[in-house]
Amino acid sequence: MTLAKVKEETDMNTVYDTAVDSRTQEMNSIKQTSNAIFQAKDFNLWYGNNHALQDINLDFNENEISAIIGPSGCGKSTFIKSLNRMVELVPIVRTEGDIVYRDQSIFDKSSTVENLRTKVGMVFQKPNPFPKSIYDNVAYGARVHGIRNKKVLDQVVEKSLKGAAIWEEVKDRLNDNAYGLSGGQQQRICIARALAIEPDVILMDEPTSALDPISTTKVEDLMHELKKDYSIIIVTHNMQQAARISDRTAFFYQGYVVEYDKTNVIFDKPKDQRTEDYVSGRFG
Amino acid sequence: MELINKEQVSKKLSGRLMVNKVMKFIFLLCTLVGLVVLATLLIDTILDGWRYLTVDFFTNFSSSRPDNAGIRGAIIGTLWLMATTAPIAIILSVGTALYLEEYAPKNKLVDFVKINISNLAGVPSVVFGLLGLTLFVRMAGLGNSVLAAALTMSLMILPVIVVASQEAIRSVPGSIREASIGMGATKWQTITRIILPASIPGIITGIILALSRAIGETAPLVIIGIPTILLFTPTGVLDTFSALPMQIFSWVKLPNPEFQSITAAAILVLLFILFLMNSVAIYIRNKYSKRF
Repeated sequence: MTLAKVKEETDMNTVYDTAVDSRTQEMNSIKQTSNAIFQAKDFNLWYGNNHALQDINLDFNENEISAIIGPSGCGKSTFIKSLNRMVELVPIVRTEGDIVYRDQSIFDKSSTVENLRTKVGMVFQKPNPFPKSIYDNVAYGARVHGIRNKKVLDQVVEKSLKGAAIWEEVKDRLNDNAYGLSGGQQQRICIARALAIEPDVILMDEPTSALDPISTTKVEDLMHELKKDYSIIIVTHNMQQAARISDRTAFFYQGYVVEYDKTNVIFDKPKDQRTEDYVSGRFG
Repeated sequence: MELINKEQVSKKLSGRLMVNKVMKFIFLLCTLVGLVVLATLLIDTILDGWRYLTVDFFTNFSSSRPDNAGIRGAIIGTLWLMATTAPIAIILSVGTALYLEEYAPKNKLVDFVKINISNLAGVPSVVFGLLGLTLFVRMAGLGNSVLAAALTMSLMILPVIVVASQEAIRSVPGSIREASIGMGATKWQTITRIILPASIPGIITGIILALSRAIGETAPLVIIGIPTILLFTPTGVLDTFSALPMQIFSWVKLPNPEFQSITAAAILVLLFILFLMNSVAIYIRNKYSKRF
């Protein structure tokens, strides 16, 4: 508990620093400072012979929402799954180059992939709760990491469900199976589940593509709230969504990053013709 | 210009409906053939054997005198056999299924092994009996003991449970697997906390169906030389024993017509146990089957 508090305080300081940083930074356009949480450096990825990601160089900032947009098959999901090394579940994957998370390569042998995934949580495209109770779903991460104390688990569950803005809806039926909830509620349970391990970064792979508009709005509002405490990287098919919620947007096309800039720049005055065509709906 | 002649279509309609009806009857007939034969068999067995289903029948050992003949040795032997076979078979086959589905690398060799496990399920039980005779009875020196028979039976039902477990494990959606791994859970944690709980109904159904095959199997027991007339019950896995199917097999060969009825009674007991096991399997499948 004390450790968590200390962590929280340091996080708060970082938030403050970042706010100051980002103001000076805005004047320097997108020149990167050390507050990048993730840096892709000449990152390449192949599925067998298919060169899916080519020379990706991207820096993602702390306490921002970074959106990745692009047409189907452009590699955006592959890229976000590379950040927590989930892409390696596909056996034929091969990578080159590097991805740095807080000044350490994620491929560094001195740290384990489990450790990385504890710090970098993920919310998936389709709501995928476990066939367990709501409580057990949210407590899963904590339990996996060895927390057995019922009181601590209770607190983790409550805090995470509140953090995912679904506490009021489910607090009276925590022992019900999560499958009984609506799709939108299930997705917020999944977000709560990701928050429960107190990650540093949350990756979201098209989190609202299976949801109706009202649920989508709820999840988007939630992301605005989460931004204060977490850094979010989101893949989205929905350009309006990227425009609404993100601070920075990367446009992926055929495995390349075509353009990466502040979201308003990408949408209002993109430098590249392909970006302009895509965001104005001429293809994709 | 119409490509479809409406008149022709309506003319042919009655013919199509006729074929429809005829086919329905043919399939009904196919079903009835099986049902009637099985029902006749069952009714005949019940009529023949029910008179012998007395308390004495369950408490007496086998005897050459029909009035004294009972299945005590056989039924206790069968229970010993099942109690020994089940843990061996379950550990070996669920372990195999978990390795093949979760840990094994995806390559041609593993695919080859997977295909051959399914083929193994089709190997005749006599062959497994010969394997057991060579391997466990002779080479390992276990003799015609409970353990030797249980190991043989385990090998025989192993592929059945492996295949059922593999299917159950495969039916757990990848999405919840990813969710678990994505939170930093190890593979083993994902298996024990997510995959096994979700696939246990399918695995248990497979186990029970496989065990109910083992309980009625006679050929391997004949081959490894399990005695039929035994006047004691085993006290350990290294003792010899008799089993229900063996008892049935030996009684049915006797010339005394009264033994035919006693055989029928023993068959009824065996069928009842099978029926019970299958009911449990169906109950578990229905109760715990989950939709993803």
